[in-house]
Amino acid sequence: MPWVWLNAGAVGLSIAAVLGLVGLIAARGLGHFWPAPVLSIVYDGGDGPVSVIGELAGVEFADPTFLAAPESDGPPVERRLVKTGNRRVNAPDFRWLDAADIVSERRPAELVVFERMEWGNAYGRLRGIHEHGVRVASGSDAQAWTSLQQRLTRADGLREELADLQASTIDSINHELEELRLERRRRALAGAAMDDLDWRERSLNEEYARVETQLVDLVRALERDTVEIEIMDGRHVRLELRGVLRAWRPNAMSAFEQVRHYAASLWAFLTQAPREANTEGGVFPAIFGTVMMVLLMSLLVTPFGVIAAVYLHEYARQGVLVRVIRIAVNNLAGVPGIVYGVFGLGFFVYLAGGAMDDLFYPETRPAPTFGTPGLIWASLTLALLTVPVVIVSAEEGLARIPRAIREGSLALGATKAETLFRIVLPVASPSILTGIILAVARAAGEVAPLMLVGVVKLAPALPVDGNPPYIHLERKFMHLGFHIYDVGFQSPNVEAARPLVYATALLLIAIIVLLNLTAIILRSRLEGRYRFSAG
Amino acid sequence: MQQPGDDPLRYHASVPDAAAGPGADQDGESAACLEVRGLSLSYGDVAALRNISLTVPRHRVTAFIGPSGCGKSTLLRCFNRLNDLIDGVRVSGSIALNGMEIHSREVDVAELRRRVGMVFQRPNPFPKSVYDNVAYGLRLQRGMPKSELDDRVEWSLKSAALWDEVRNRLNESALELSGGQQQRLMIARAIAVQPDVLLLDEPASALDPISTLRIEELIHQLRTDYTIAIVTHNMQQAARVSDYTAFLHLGELVEFGNTDGMFLNPSKRQTEDYITGRYG
Repeated sequence: MPWVWLNAGAVGLSIAAVLGLVGLIAARGLGHFWPAPVLSIVYDGGDGPVSVIGELAGVEFADPTFLAAPESDGPPVERRLVKTGNRRVNAPDFRWLDAADIVSERRPAELVVFERMEWGNAYGRLRGIHEHGVRVASGSDAQAWTSLQQRLTRADGLREELADLQASTIDSINHELEELRLERRRRALAGAAMDDLDWRERSLNEEYARVETQLVDLVRALERDTVEIEIMDGRHVRLELRGVLRAWRPNAMSAFEQVRHYAASLWAFLTQAPREANTEGGVFPAIFGTVMMVLLMSLLVTPFGVIAAVYLHEYARQGVLVRVIRIAVNNLAGVPGIVYGVFGLGFFVYLAGGAMDDLFYPETRPAPTFGTPGLIWASLTLALLTVPVVIVSAEEGLARIPRAIREGSLALGATKAETLFRIVLPVASPSILTGIILAVARAAGEVAPLMLVGVVKLAPALPVDGNPPYIHLERKFMHLGFHIYDVGFQSPNVEAARPLVYATALLLIAIIVLLNLTAIILRSRLEGRYRFSAG
Repeated sequence: MQQPGDDPLRYHASVPDAAAGPGADQDGESAACLEVRGLSLSYGDVAALRNISLTVPRHRVTAFIGPSGCGKSTLLRCFNRLNDLIDGVRVSGSIALNGMEIHSREVDVAELRRRVGMVFQRPNPFPKSVYDNVAYGLRLQRGMPKSELDDRVEWSLKSAALWDEVRNRLNESALELSGGQQQRLMIARAIAVQPDVLLLDEPASALDPISTLRIEELIHQLRTDYTIAIVTHNMQQAARVSDYTAFLHLGELVEFGNTDGMFLNPSKRQTEDYITGRYG
């Protein structure tokens, strides 16, 4: 009886630990996107009352002996962390207030939060709107608010147009100019004529100039509006609307508006690129990079692992050598990820990548193309890291197939290879998928080796874009695991980034679960199809 | 495995005289299909078959009987070289299929196995549909059009007396069929590729009496088109279905001859003891 209780207790503890972890991450991460109320706090700062506007970011109970003015001893002192924003205008953007000093705390409906593209949020009261420096609205009445929202929508549209222009035209012109430069180099290396290239370059440059005027027009149009706000110390500050993404009044929002705001924030987090050294904006490039790296890794590891398992189990003569190889493969699964990273950097990136550059990209030398960390090398390194899991699972699958089924196939005149492809591999496919599931679970969680072979803090471009060859496996990429490390521990603004760490961690877990779930569903379908005994 | 040398009951193999043995008593129709001469087989150091010589006549049913471990299944698996798959098996002697030595280098083993079909002791359907099981051997010979494939599958299932039961279940998994149906499916699968010889390795030992009866009826029908070699533990079954019977003991062929003659008047004491159930 105590033995059963011990077992049940161990299981219960594991479940509680997992649920607690996920629950904590979910609560902290998902809460970040809710439009928190903005407080107007008046506190006694020693030389008279001070007014503070901002969001409550945290509460702690500090031991009084550790505070700046230690009171000998006493009960813990309640302190509140207020995010006051307005970075660059009114530093610092987070303040600790002693709860005892707070005189009043209100939530005025007219307080506005501005989400800026740079320098984080701004908090204040709307005081007017200017067009080309001319005041067109004043005060914070409903009319001014509506006008502000209209102008924000307009700015959004213009920004989008700008981004489209950048993505569709300017990027491709730049890409072609770069191609042209490489072509020039190629011909110089080959000693060929390059007269026709001048004409192409001229036409490209002309097109660029034409697009550039469009660009300038758009930027001018974007610069039209500024908004005037009164910040917490009473000063009036102007914000250019070109740099404001959204403005909202959380204290005046209805429940429905709050939900809508929440959904929009979450959506932006999932679909936008990061800003502000990754402490603001979304994580889309990191999601994209993680998923693409894992899929590429699966594509690479599956054939490699399955072929190795088939050789070991079906063809190799079972002896000491095969047993040694099997032990080595199993031990390989226990090698720390960073060791694979070092190997990947030395072997794949410098040796294989360097050789590829010398062979196929002499014109870009000395700048490396494949001879530098990138998506393909990260995927290959992780494929190497996970191949033991796939080999072991696939071998187990092959061993589970009854001899009678193989003999049945051979007795009908099938060769060994035909039996392998028509019977053995399909029947073993659920086990192979189990291996892939385990491989994905391990690969998606690895960060250390990736830092050496391809992951960066901020990738300038996605590995997939509209320029041929469309999939750029040599590019560096972003990864959610590294993003967590970077935002959480390398960020210039730790307080602002903390909720994003939780949100990103939750997202990483969700993506791993999603990838695994896909494989598990696929496996159960295959299992239904290829069971080899009834019932 | 018991060492043959220790056994006091060991006799020398009786090799049927070519004139007196089966195959000579009829016209060319029932000439030799499989001709075994001096066949010995060992697993590593253990001898499983010793100097076996016999003739399996064409379009007749030949039963192989004998106590467990006597080598009758091993002998059957020699006919389609399925023993090749087992590590450490050594074979000597010759087996000729329609006059062609099956151990020769020129023989394509896959082609040999297509011509010598086999049904195993336990039904071993592939985890595929009924249709795909029967079509499996046919699809290995590439390029057969779908309509012909359909016809051959139907013909095979009809020949195996299974068509009426599965005609509406062709796309269901073969594993959903009953044991008896599965074994008839295995026969359909084997005859779909139109082999010359059908090897049945205790085909009814895992089945109930009614299913066994159906299999025996089926064997009776199939003997007109195929040369059948059947291994069985069941004396009555051997007497019912076979034309010729070979009795093996400890890897040696003790007696081989016409089934009726052998069961009524065995020439060896050992055979008589086994048939009458005094040992084995």
